Amino acid sequence: MDSAVDTRTISLTVNGKAYSKAVSVRMTLADFLRHELRLTGTHVGCEHGVCGACTILFDGMSARSCLMLAVQANGHELTTVEGLANGDEMHPLQQALSEHHGLQCGFCTPGMLTTLVELLRDNPSPSADDVRIAISGNLCRCTGYEGIISATLDAAEKMRAGGVK
Amino acid sequence: MKPPPFSYHDPATLSQAVELLATLDNAKPLAGGQSLMPMLNMRFVLPDHVVDLNGIAELSGVRITESRVEIGAMTRQREVEFSAEIAQACPILIEALHHVGHRQTRNRGTIGGSICHLDPAAELPTLACALDAVIDVIGPNGARQIAFADFPVGYMTPSIELNEIVTRVSFPLWPREAGHSFQEFARRHGDFAIVSAAAMLLVDPAGRISRATLALGGVAATPLRMHEVEAALIGQMATPETFRAAAELCRKVEAVGDVYVSASYRQHLAVVMSKRALAQSFSRCGAMQKH
Repeated sequence: MDSAVDTRTISLTVNGKAYSKAVSVRMTLADFLRHELRLTGTHVGCEHGVCGACTILFDGMSARSCLMLAVQANGHELTTVEGLANGDEMHPLQQALSEHHGLQCGFCTPGMLTTLVELLRDNPSPSADDVRIAISGNLCRCTGYEGIISATLDAAEKMRAGGVK
Repeated sequence: MKPPPFSYHDPATLSQAVELLATLDNAKPLAGGQSLMPMLNMRFVLPDHVVDLNGIAELSGVRITESRVEIGAMTRQREVEFSAEIAQACPILIEALHHVGHRQTRNRGTIGGSICHLDPAAELPTLACALDAVIDVIGPNGARQIAFADFPVGYMTPSIELNEIVTRVSFPLWPREAGHSFQEFARRHGDFAIVSAAAMLLVDPAGRISRATLALGGVAATPLRMHEVEAALIGQMATPETFRAAAELCRKVEAVGDVYVSASYRQHLAVVMSKRALAQSFSRCGAMQKH
């Protein structure tokens, strides 16, 4: 058996910025984002796909970055929570979360945001139930979820009115 | 935790993948990673080689023929969930997928991966059991087909060799006028089923049941096909009493118990979920056939 830890060089785009790095093939994508790119907004909770805190957008689709290897991101385009705001201007969903008590400790927030940004892109007029189902794979121990749901509905309304993408 | 050390291979073609699995010792194919990655992170599996199938384009895609839906093993669950063609031809597949994990896991998770992982509470194996799905595999000795009835050999153990790869899962189609239902009881949306039931029914113009299928998930070590229930339904008038009596036969299934759910509660749920699945299937049978 060849027990040597393989490394590979990967090239990818994260939040519009191109990166090229050598990585251990067994490094998870979540750890790569945090430790190699220092994008620590992506949180690592359970490391087995249950809590949803590490959710990112992989080619525009939400995915758990703890359940992917960094090497699998070679040639792909990622968005993390750091990529949602437009400069100093928060994404309408980020703004709404702060106004509706949609977070307290903030640990689940990056995963909630990436998941819900995808939802609002695919379904600009979700019902409260649609939002509940969308975040059914994201655990929050602070808010009881209600603030997150009202924030999402509020953000959806503002985005529809403002023509925000 | 973090994955253990392994060597990584990402073949671009199926034949390269077959060659790698035939020659490498202790190699594990990686599909969508929604089960294997947690198992690696928790070190339940310690492969020396991981053969990533995600770069093999020929393993993805959906084809609908006269008689079946053929789904490439690496087709993402999400792609099937949003396929208008499958919604027309095989709506029960979409209904089952709505219970599979979450949006984020369906974006990555594959049809073939879920079938191979063969979790007894997972929805796709239960549906494959109800519909007599056929699984295509390929290995160093060539390609072969396995009927789902012969696929599980035990708890989370499919009858495929370690050096074989699932290439396709085919679900036979029922006539358009058939009714379908996938019912599931779980504590939270997206959890694995405590008990699920997949049913389809065909009813003749006189209101008699001419064809029926019922499978249960979550009850035992593998999905269970309820042939006894099906036999009790055929030829009977499709009435609530018929469904109640037939579903009652599920109370006898040998169910597993765990720290959360007792075997007798699973047997109770098997009856309830079956009854609901049969009744809903009938309510969806083609209008021409309803009396």
